Amino acid sequence: MSEDIKKFMYLNRRAPYGTIYAWESLEVVLIGAAFDQDVSLAFLDDGVYQLVKGQDTAGVDMKNFSPTYQALGDYDVTKLYVEKESLEERGLSLEDLMPLTYEDEDDDWAEKDSIRVVSRAEMADIMEDQDVMFSF
Amino acid sequence: MSTLHTVNKSPFEKSSMDSCLAYAKAGSSVLMYEDGIYGAIKGTGCTQKIAAKDGVNFYVLGPDLKARGVSEDKVADGIEIVDYAKFVSLAAENDKVQAWV
Repeated sequence: MSEDIKKFMYLNRRAPYGTIYAWESLEVVLIGAAFDQDVSLAFLDDGVYQLVKGQDTAGVDMKNFSPTYQALGDYDVTKLYVEKESLEERGLSLEDLMPLTYEDEDDDWAEKDSIRVVSRAEMADIMEDQDVMFSF
Repeated sequence: MSTLHTVNKSPFEKSSMDSCLAYAKAGSSVLMYEDGIYGAIKGTGCTQKIAAKDGVNFYVLGPDLKARGVSEDKVADGIEIVDYAKFVSLAAENDKVQAWV
């Protein structure tokens, strides 16, 4: 079966709340997690805003879906690539993002960071390596 | 004639903020809300453009900052954080509202 596993990447380029793209992406990722593929998520351009910590939507009467990103690790979605340049252009750094972790079953269930900050050049290489891209 | 300009799109995705800044005259006001609030985060190309704009009052909607996890200390100097009531006041005080959607 292992030769049937493809590398799926979900490309997130939109801010949350202003449009439905971010939430839709998250829902498709969770649905797709049932299919045992090699899944990774890319956050670039305004997509980096999706992972900003401390989101509180009580004042705008919308659902705060940011806690759902914490669940990705339990669905074996453990590779969240965040582009360094996109963060910096927006006045953000890794410290502004939610801490997201997973338990590595191949390493005695050690808790590891899911977010991997990569350069634009590294992101291009990671994208090149994928079999299927889903764009949001 | 005073105008309240509103911007609700991210300056990093759409040109709404750039256009607004190009047309907003001294004595007018600019309110950033929804995804427009990302233009208020300090240390970006957008806040440099805002700082260079003399005679224009800049506002950002607090509830939209909170929704997106942007704390008040990340808002650039010279931009006033306002609530919905102040949004309404600004709309009423100015002669017209021009939305940059």
